[in-house]
Amino acid sequence: MSSAVLGAAVVDVVYFSSVSGNTARFVEKLGRPAARIPLYASEPPLEQREPYVLIVPTYGGGDGRGAVPKQVIRFLNDEQNRKHLRGVISAGNTNFGAGYGLAGDIIARKCDVPHLYRFELFGTPDDVRVVNEGLDALWRQ
Amino acid sequence: MDIQDTAASAFDELAAASAVETAAPAASTATAPEQLEAERVATESAYAEGAQQTEAQQRQHKHNHLVQAINWNRIEDEKDLEVWNRLVNNFWLPEKVPLSNDVQSWGTLTPEERLLTMRVFTGLTLLDTIQGTVGAVSLIPDALTPHEEAVYTNIAFMESVHAKSYSSIFSTLASTKEIDEAFRWSRENPYLQRKAEIIVDYYEGDDPLKRKIASTLLESFLFYSGFYLPMHWSSRAKLTNTADLIRLIIRDEAVHGYYIGYKFQKGFELLPADKQAELKDYTYSLLYELYENESKYTAELYDPVGLTEDVKKFLHYNANKALMNLGFEPLFPQSVTDVNPAILSALSPNADENHDFFSGSGSSYVIGKAEATEDEDWDF
Repeated sequence: MSSAVLGAAVVDVVYFSSVSGNTARFVEKLGRPAARIPLYASEPPLEQREPYVLIVPTYGGGDGRGAVPKQVIRFLNDEQNRKHLRGVISAGNTNFGAGYGLAGDIIARKCDVPHLYRFELFGTPDDVRVVNEGLDALWRQ
Repeated sequence: MDIQDTAASAFDELAAASAVETAAPAASTATAPEQLEAERVATESAYAEGAQQTEAQQRQHKHNHLVQAINWNRIEDEKDLEVWNRLVNNFWLPEKVPLSNDVQSWGTLTPEERLLTMRVFTGLTLLDTIQGTVGAVSLIPDALTPHEEAVYTNIAFMESVHAKSYSSIFSTLASTKEIDEAFRWSRENPYLQRKAEIIVDYYEGDDPLKRKIASTLLESFLFYSGFYLPMHWSSRAKLTNTADLIRLIIRDEAVHGYYIGYKFQKGFELLPADKQAELKDYTYSLLYELYENESKYTAELYDPVGLTEDVKKFLHYNANKALMNLGFEPLFPQSVTDVNPAILSALSPNADENHDFFSGSGSSYVIGKAEATEDEDWDF
């Protein structure tokens, strides 16, 4: 697979972040080319046509209903977007118990990709390091 | 016309108005804003006649004169609706948790462990009481949208549910004498009283953003010296129903800390750089002050059972998360936030499983165990 070049310029991370911006802040700290799934349905949909890893926050709690943000579901309903998905990373909070990073579990199962990593809120410096090293290694495979 | 703009600017005028301003006679054909103004003047005369009110009460009073019908079909900040829905979906009552199943387990604790547990829970009761009757309520007059106000009323009510739920635990497990002794301890413990005093001072103070800082530190940091213990018991298969109830409280507090921290950030963004730097410094020094007190509180409670150092790691870990809720970088390095995996696992079953696919250790391919939580929006 010739995706070793991906780290250079091609977007290899797609993410969603709500107006509170925690996930956006984590992605910013990664310093990689990344595309944001639009917040509003009125915006043009994102079409990702290269292999990528998806980074998503987890919504809800309790029964897990609504854990995956609707915007992310809409994005993944595009079969081409789904085809290029290589893994998912979830953001959340251990205080949500079994709901911690639940969006990542749901997407991993539905799309048959690995749930690569979980981090809390906007991630610690250590999370940023591990994810960057992990992504580099993933694209070298 | 943007309703909230009107309300907000009217509030600014009121806030800016001097207390010694002379009263203007209300015209009989007064329009709504003029009526408001007349009411305000009347209220201020009452204050001037010697009514003893705290800053917070005065603010609340002024705010009460400005309330308008809330329109949930016109949302200005989508977080308000999202968080409202989340809180409503998370609603629970202690009566639904079968606490009496813990009676036998309670009997296996040593007298020392039982005393510790009672004290920890009265400490948590005090924090929830403050947050329910003073804290969340004090944030209402500072709200930027009517929906934000409504969210704070929800938060305030749930804090009162939390406070009451400890009494459910007590009445299930302990005698009246033990309960009364524990409450007496909570009134007399200097470190517990000190943390309450620090926080309440800010709630009654004059700075809306500092109030949110104090509130977020309470929600996301100060509870955790207490929350540690039921997680510890749970990891040893003790008081597991009580732990289930505490997890519901923890889940609520996480949403509260996130939301109040988010609202703090919205206000913080609008400040000039020098004021931002000042508030950031202030946040870290308040955290230090609370942490110092919290360390002593922790040592006094947990030294007899030898858990103090373990609890402190949990404090560091949660202090970092409290800072992150406020949008600030974590303070404590990873070397002192390595929480006991048994505690993390009691908190979240997902936390200790190594989903760290990147590290190459263990199972690299994790299929989610998510149960049937399908939303209708999926097309595949």
